[in-house]
Amino acid sequence: MRGSSCVSLALLAVVLLCGAPNSVSAQGVDPQALKQEIDALRTEFETIKKQYGDRLAALESKLGSAQPAAEVAQVPSPSPTGSTTPTANVFNPDMAVIGDFLGAAGRNRVAPSPAFEMHESEVSLQAVVDPYARADFFIAFGQEGVELEEGFITFPTLPGGVLLRAGKMRAAFGKINGLHNHVLSWTDRPLVTTNLVGGEEGISDAGISVARLIPNPWLFLEATGQVFRGDSGELFQSNRPRDLTYVGHLRAYHDITESTNLDLGASYARGQNNAAASESIDGRFATGLVGIDATLRWKPLQRSIYHSFVGRSELVWSRREQPIGTARAFGFYASGDYQFARRWFAGLRYDAAERADDASIRDRGQSATLTYWPSEFSQIRSQYRRIRYADADTANEVLFQFQFSIGAHGAHPF
Amino acid sequence: MLIKPSFVAVTLGLAMFCAAGAQAQGRVNVMTTTEDLAAIAREVGGDRVTVESIARGYQDPHFVEAKPSYILKLQKADLLVVVGRELEIGWLPPLIQQSRNAKVQVGAPGYLDASLRARILEIPQGQVTRASGDVHPQGNPHYWLDPENGKAIAKAIGEKLGDLRPGDRTFFDGRVADFSKRVDEGEKRWLATLAPYKGAKVVTYHRSFPNFAERFGLTVIDYVEPKPGIPPSPQHTLDLINEIKQQNVKVILVEPYFDLKTPNSIGQSTGAQVLVMPPSVGGVKAVTDYFSLFDYNVGLLATALQKSGAAGGR
Repeated sequence: MRGSSCVSLALLAVVLLCGAPNSVSAQGVDPQALKQEIDALRTEFETIKKQYGDRLAALESKLGSAQPAAEVAQVPSPSPTGSTTPTANVFNPDMAVIGDFLGAAGRNRVAPSPAFEMHESEVSLQAVVDPYARADFFIAFGQEGVELEEGFITFPTLPGGVLLRAGKMRAAFGKINGLHNHVLSWTDRPLVTTNLVGGEEGISDAGISVARLIPNPWLFLEATGQVFRGDSGELFQSNRPRDLTYVGHLRAYHDITESTNLDLGASYARGQNNAAASESIDGRFATGLVGIDATLRWKPLQRSIYHSFVGRSELVWSRREQPIGTARAFGFYASGDYQFARRWFAGLRYDAAERADDASIRDRGQSATLTYWPSEFSQIRSQYRRIRYADADTANEVLFQFQFSIGAHGAHPF
Repeated sequence: MLIKPSFVAVTLGLAMFCAAGAQAQGRVNVMTTTEDLAAIAREVGGDRVTVESIARGYQDPHFVEAKPSYILKLQKADLLVVVGRELEIGWLPPLIQQSRNAKVQVGAPGYLDASLRARILEIPQGQVTRASGDVHPQGNPHYWLDPENGKAIAKAIGEKLGDLRPGDRTFFDGRVADFSKRVDEGEKRWLATLAPYKGAKVVTYHRSFPNFAERFGLTVIDYVEPKPGIPPSPQHTLDLINEIKQQNVKVILVEPYFDLKTPNSIGQSTGAQVLVMPPSVGGVKAVTDYFSLFDYNVGLLATALQKSGAAGGR
């Protein structure tokens, strides 16, 4: 209180000082003007005095009311959050953290994995924004730092059946590019992703996405168009603001029976690559990607928690313009995952992918996985992986993974 | 400048199209998450609604897949009725979000949480953690298995349909009253059938039957699952066998979507009968509506308890 009165006095002095030169200069001019000036100053002074008086009174009453509140807070409260009422948390977003712990044993000279690694801790924050939109944030804490994995606003109810998204997001290229690590059937991503589709980050960038259902009497058909800033790891690199990345995706889904369904997709992506920047030459070099994906799922409804099968394949063709000519590369993976008991899954994957900048280098890999689910909220997985690198020693590794989630119950991906 | 008038025209056209759609007084297109809600919605809506359920009655309603074909169904819905209490939390939110249907978004006029007026049991007290398994913090979502709650659900659906079609409000109110009357009659019958076995002890696989047990005087002493959502463990199964023997439990109730291996082996070691008891309409072929759900289950239980000579709680 003493402090604030000092401040008000100091301010008063400043006001008086500022006013002084004016009054001095006015002295010899006109007594009428001088009187007016003094009146004005007096009014100003009274106003400021009143303002500070009011503010002091408000502060005093605030302090007074804070006193008993502080006493209440000292009383042991059953709620761990102290004096906050449950209603204060009503509008907090749904929060969850998913931990992904990886271990590796074996030999890999090309891309060696550390023996132990807290690969990623993903924090998700999700809530409805207002009657028109919802927001989703996924923040990934990795070994090297923190990254906004995704953060976007979704407008789910625009006219014309359009689903609009804006923000940073994983692009709708193929199937697994859009998926987060923790929902994959493996501890890693297939070679085709590493070699052709931007590695673990994949195509993930800031931009706008528009998705619309195409009405027809036969099947679920959804077309998605996306425009991004143009920076996706090493895959796309924007050298000027106009260098955008474009992604298009068409998805067709059909229930063959109540337990079997087929999910097909075709994707296209195009953007500027890093060929010009990395070799510091002028020119514009684009990378175009075409992808086809197919997923066959089987899950008998009455025994849905015990048995299921997912077979999936993605084929990607890359066309990368480079100073030395255009490189055309191809890669694919095919995988099958079978759930043979309520908590057990076994899977196989075959990988083959040429390198984006040199199609004569073709890597091949095979993986076998075994996954155990102690509960819906944790998962233990082991993966044997053999990669025959075209230009290096064959890698043989055993990878294992603990995955665990706390917080809000997220939706299961489909 | 030239774009503007055409843009306005398109917007106006869309608005008129939407308005025309809303005015067309066809049947109300009702989607429900489960077949029980669908059965009640059919009773209430009669021929002025079309009703379809996302989950089948013989499917575990906690683990439904969010198939895109459901998105198409939700896209056309005027009303979405959900069980609530986080039963559908693992699969419904992405479906609603992708439905592009403003009517059925959470909180919109076409979204109805059927649990809001029902009597909800097993609302956890004190600190809730997942150390207790997959608990539902808002209480047990299998509340439709009490006929009194069935009436509450019907009333909520009737009022909602009346809001959506004010012209048909009396029609829906009449049907709700008729449904409630028939439920009351049925309840008397079901209570009478099970009266001799009041207090009979049972074991169920999952916590699907607390409301049913409360209404019809059964005592659920334990579960085949050690904790909700956690599959049977050898130790718990052994403990359960001892408990069943000690307390002279005569029946083990298993939902149609659970594996019968463990319940059968418990049954063999204890002499208790294993009954596949559908918690939902459509769970078995004979159960086609809300009334046959109780007819079937009450009959099944009465027969089994009579055979075992368990004349209740002694």
